[in-house]
Amino acid sequence: MTKKVSIIIFIIFISMLYVGLSHNSRLVQSPLIDKKLPEFSLPVLQSDISADISVFPDDIFLLNIWASWCVECIREHRVLNLIKEERKIRLIGINYKDSKIDAVGWLKIYGNPYEYNIFDKDGQLGIDLGVYGVPETFLVDKNKVIRAKYIGVINEDIYYNEILPTIDKIKDDY
Amino acid sequence: MIAYIGSFLILLAFLNALLLITSKPILSKITADYESIILSSSKLLFPLTLFSFICLIFSFLLDDFSLRYVSSNSNSLLPDHYKISATWAGHEGSMLLWCLVLSFWTFLASIYSRNLELDFRLNFLTIMGLLNLGFLAFLIFTSNPFEKNISIPVDGKDLNPLLQDFGLIVHPPMLYMGYVGLSVVFSFAVTCLLQKDFKPEWAKWIRPWALISWSFLTLGIALGSWWAYYELGWGGWWFWDPVENASFMPWLITTALIHSLITCEQKSMFKNWTILLSIIAFSLSLLGTFLVRSGILTSVHSFANDPARGAFILLFLAIITGAALILYLRNSSQMNDKTSFTFFSKESFFLINNILLVTATFTILLGTMYPLVLDIFGLEKISVGVPYYNAVFLPLMIPLVFLAGYIPILFSSSNRNLKSQAKYFFISFLIIIIISFFSISLFDEYNLSIFIGLFLFFWILLNLVYELIKKIILTGNIKAITQNIGMFMAHLGLAIFILGATMVENSKTEKEIVVAVNEKLDIKNYTFQFMNITESEGPNYTAVIGHFKVYNNGEFLTDMYPEKRLYNSSEMPMTEAGIDPGFTRDLYITMGTLIDQDKWSVRIYHKPLIRLIWIGALMMVFGGIFSVLSKRKNINIGYSS
Repeated sequence: MTKKVSIIIFIIFISMLYVGLSHNSRLVQSPLIDKKLPEFSLPVLQSDISADISVFPDDIFLLNIWASWCVECIREHRVLNLIKEERKIRLIGINYKDSKIDAVGWLKIYGNPYEYNIFDKDGQLGIDLGVYGVPETFLVDKNKVIRAKYIGVINEDIYYNEILPTIDKIKDDY
Repeated sequence: MIAYIGSFLILLAFLNALLLITSKPILSKITADYESIILSSSKLLFPLTLFSFICLIFSFLLDDFSLRYVSSNSNSLLPDHYKISATWAGHEGSMLLWCLVLSFWTFLASIYSRNLELDFRLNFLTIMGLLNLGFLAFLIFTSNPFEKNISIPVDGKDLNPLLQDFGLIVHPPMLYMGYVGLSVVFSFAVTCLLQKDFKPEWAKWIRPWALISWSFLTLGIALGSWWAYYELGWGGWWFWDPVENASFMPWLITTALIHSLITCEQKSMFKNWTILLSIIAFSLSLLGTFLVRSGILTSVHSFANDPARGAFILLFLAIITGAALILYLRNSSQMNDKTSFTFFSKESFFLINNILLVTATFTILLGTMYPLVLDIFGLEKISVGVPYYNAVFLPLMIPLVFLAGYIPILFSSSNRNLKSQAKYFFISFLIIIIISFFSISLFDEYNLSIFIGLFLFFWILLNLVYELIKKIILTGNIKAITQNIGMFMAHLGLAIFILGATMVENSKTEKEIVVAVNEKLDIKNYTFQFMNITESEGPNYTAVIGHFKVYNNGEFLTDMYPEKRLYNSSEMPMTEAGIDPGFTRDLYITMGTLIDQDKWSVRIYHKPLIRLIWIGALMMVFGGIFSVLSKRKNINIGYSS
């Protein structure tokens, strides 16, 4: 009896680890996909303008969530600067749970790839967007509907092989 | 060229391991020489792996960027000593180091097993060979450090700046020595199961191996903690990070094991239990490897990961642990385990020790696995933090530490009378309560945690020192204590560790502020004056260095220079804390970010007695080593070390 129970516990333990291994949190679909961006009213970084959802372009764009305290964001920033140079997609930032001074200083050091940044000091918009780690990036279409979500750092591989093809597909749908 | 030799040597080592494990079951039917084949092939693994490892070191020193592993972990500007340590900084190289350490232990096991019965020895070495084979296969098929780049880059990507540090050079090898040393204990336990016997002299043979592994584990964990303290810039020394837990769980089980082995050896009891502990200890090392290498848990140690690697280790873990457990379930009942003891005996207290340690291990396992389980079922992503561990782990440790201060003297030969023992117990308890009560007034803060910490410190310290002195006076011979000196040191190390941990956790001061040049601020009786910021160039980074003048009660004490570095090739910012170490306290400054012209955010910490944490751990390490060195008499009703 004890023997069977021990073996069963052991098997459950191992299979749990196995499931955990093949379970990739990157692939978890956000429930927000195909939903409209949430409403908000927040300031714009580096200016005193207050912004709401209407400031976003009537065009397909990337919405990147970042913070100056996020070490991984520095790695991602190189790719974001590249995205800016390539001009294939517009890029708007959400500065998340940060201090204004830190964020502005950070953009000075590493370059500013964003058209502008929404300054989400307390993370309200982040909560509405279901952010659980920085960086995260949303692909939003011209109707302000979220079409894809990328958790973690965007590297060249993800940019060229996932984001750009998705953009082409969305554009074909128009 | 060198890389090809290294590759070839690893392949030879693999074939050699294959020969080693097939000798007993297959070659024994063909040739009578299979014994010498087993003995020599178990020794040959070590030089083969060693030379392969040296080849990898040379590939780093010669900047051979045609190797993928070298180009992603080194850079031509990297100083030579970091090029050497980069050899084991990434996944592939550290697995090669793992194989090297395993082959080294196998080498030692092969040499020192001469006095075991031949059949037992051959089985034992075959199982060691099986472990070698598994890890070599893992290295060759999923993590080959000698793999070539498709196109040769001009320069390498550089070593992760966090890892460009002395602490990193020594931390992994020490930890691996401990982890892998447990493979000897594991193989031995499995061999005992195969033979369906566990003789007291075998317990005596295996105990030094468990002790040495335990000492290395202790050292490795302590070095990791020290490294995290000065390098990560968070000012902490233990974070209950999943990977720290992964090393701490085998440590706890091995601690239980070295105690239960004493009973095995002296009273021929707890045989099955000891064998089970041996299996669990190594299985937890494997589990730790799996958790770190598969990237299944996110932590500061997360390496670039590949599911194939995780799957391989998991399969290995399932086979090795599964087979050992099934063997245990089948054969342990035939082990002739006559465990019977009275309540008031050393054995019963060792059992309590073991139960507490095993329970503590399971609470940590639960805390480590719980977020993963939630994630699998798609419930939510959470991380189990410090409050959980403080709530479940610490209460288990208090009775354990209490026993560590008393059990060694309770059964000392100089004091066998129950009545006088009870008297001694209450008197010493009372005296130490009073001492703790007075000494707590020396500190600025009072609370129950500090009191318990102080009490446990004095409890171990005074009881053991009293016993040592008494024993020397009674026998008039200082040699009387040599055979137990290891145990005394280890237990005193525990006491010192507890004092340090209690004080730093309960009365540290942290301040996070913005300072301008020439501004002063006070923490405790220290004044920090921010002098200036200078820029400087390192070999492969640029740095801004803050200069603080520190005054103690108005008198100049020292200069402190916290740094913020930006590494050229990875653009990763790193904080190098400015630390003024001291026996009674550390002062610790880290630079934050530039807020405005000449204004910086900084964190300043005052950490009382933090050095005691590592001093205590070092004493435990030496305690373990002394226990091995001091030849213990076989029949010894008194002390146990």
